[in-house]
Amino acid sequence: MFKKFNIKEDIATRSLVKSSVQRNIRSKILEQYNRLEPVIDEVLPKKSSLILVKCHEHINLLTVNNEILFFQHFDGPYYPTLRLLHKYPHAFPRVQVDKGATKRILSGANIMCPGLTSKGARLEEALPANTIVGVFAEGKEHALAIGLTKMSTDDIKNINKDIGVENIHYLNDPLWKSSIES
Amino acid sequence: MSEQDTPAPSTSASTAVQVIYCGVCSLPPEYCEYGPTLSKCKEWLQEKHSELFDKLYSQTNIENDVATLSLENKPTNDAEDKKKAKVFIEAAKIERELQKKMASKVTITRIARNKKKSVTNVGGLQNFDIDLKKAAKNFASKFACGSSVVKNNQGIDEIVVQGDVSDDLYDYILETWPNVPEDNIELTEEKKSKK
Ligand SMILES: [Zn+2]
Repeated sequence: MFKKFNIKEDIATRSLVKSSVQRNIRSKILEQYNRLEPVIDEVLPKKSSLILVKCHEHINLLTVNNEILFFQHFDGPYYPTLRLLHKYPHAFPRVQVDKGATKRILSGANIMCPGLTSKGARLEEALPANTIVGVFAEGKEHALAIGLTKMSTDDIKNINKDIGVENIHYLNDPLWKSSIES
Repeated sequence: MSEQDTPAPSTSASTAVQVIYCGVCSLPPEYCEYGPTLSKCKEWLQEKHSELFDKLYSQTNIENDVATLSLENKPTNDAEDKKKAKVFIEAAKIERELQKKMASKVTITRIARNKKKSVTNVGGLQNFDIDLKKAAKNFASKFACGSSVVKNNQGIDEIVVQGDVSDDLYDYILETWPNVPEDNIELTEEKKSKK
């Protein structure tokens, strides 16, 4: 999604989110990630100014204190950024890929089923298709990508071919390298 | 902006994991090995977070890596070698760029326009990937003065700030862009405006 993203050029508008809208966003995020509930006040402090940055290609970024927390395509689901996921790894569903897949993910490739079902990989939770997941790597502590399951984890195991998880945002992609400057 | 009091390392029971990010390649250090700047990354980590360095690069780990590496390498010699050469070239390129960066200077020059008034010239910020227009805007709001991007007589963009703010600028640049090493900032003075 961010292969050609360049935040310096792609910002269209930047606006302070009204508190009523902020409440809506907050509940939408909680609906998506109920495990964020205990820490939501830390993630989106009530008094903080939430800024919505609209970029070209219909990408929206939610930022607090110049930190990008979530992004969104059109008005679809909110994806956490990797930096946010690194802070709250347990608040989001996770999958683990084997060592062999790590390098390919870091160059932007989607995640094929065998990389999710081999010995070093892990699919601990049963997840439906179209779930936003943190992608972890065998032998590493921190996530390396944010992905979207293209089929359920059961199908990933049973079918075991084609793309299992779409690579949405990964370490060192243009979004990772972006910082919001005021 | 109303509050500035809620950023990360708060004293209360924060559940956020404090992740260390590599000062060279920006990734969590365990992923440095996938980038082309590993040797620089290692140096940085050893200096800043020796504990993590030991954890990641201790002897046993390295041996394991070597073992798996040599296993992986056996079948596809040629392709693998080519790939390695490519990675190596890339690393050298990044190294060169880094060195170039380390050698480039940011100059802050106070230029007297007449007895009372002076302007401050800032050159070389673009060597550190800093957006000059934005920087000029920042300076203007920070020091409440005029500030603009101007081409100098060599056709290179510089920022000209109205007023003598050279010392403040020095501090401000250090604060705002930690990737500009202090040693690379040069403070000078020029009595007559050269033109
Ligand atoms: Zn590194």
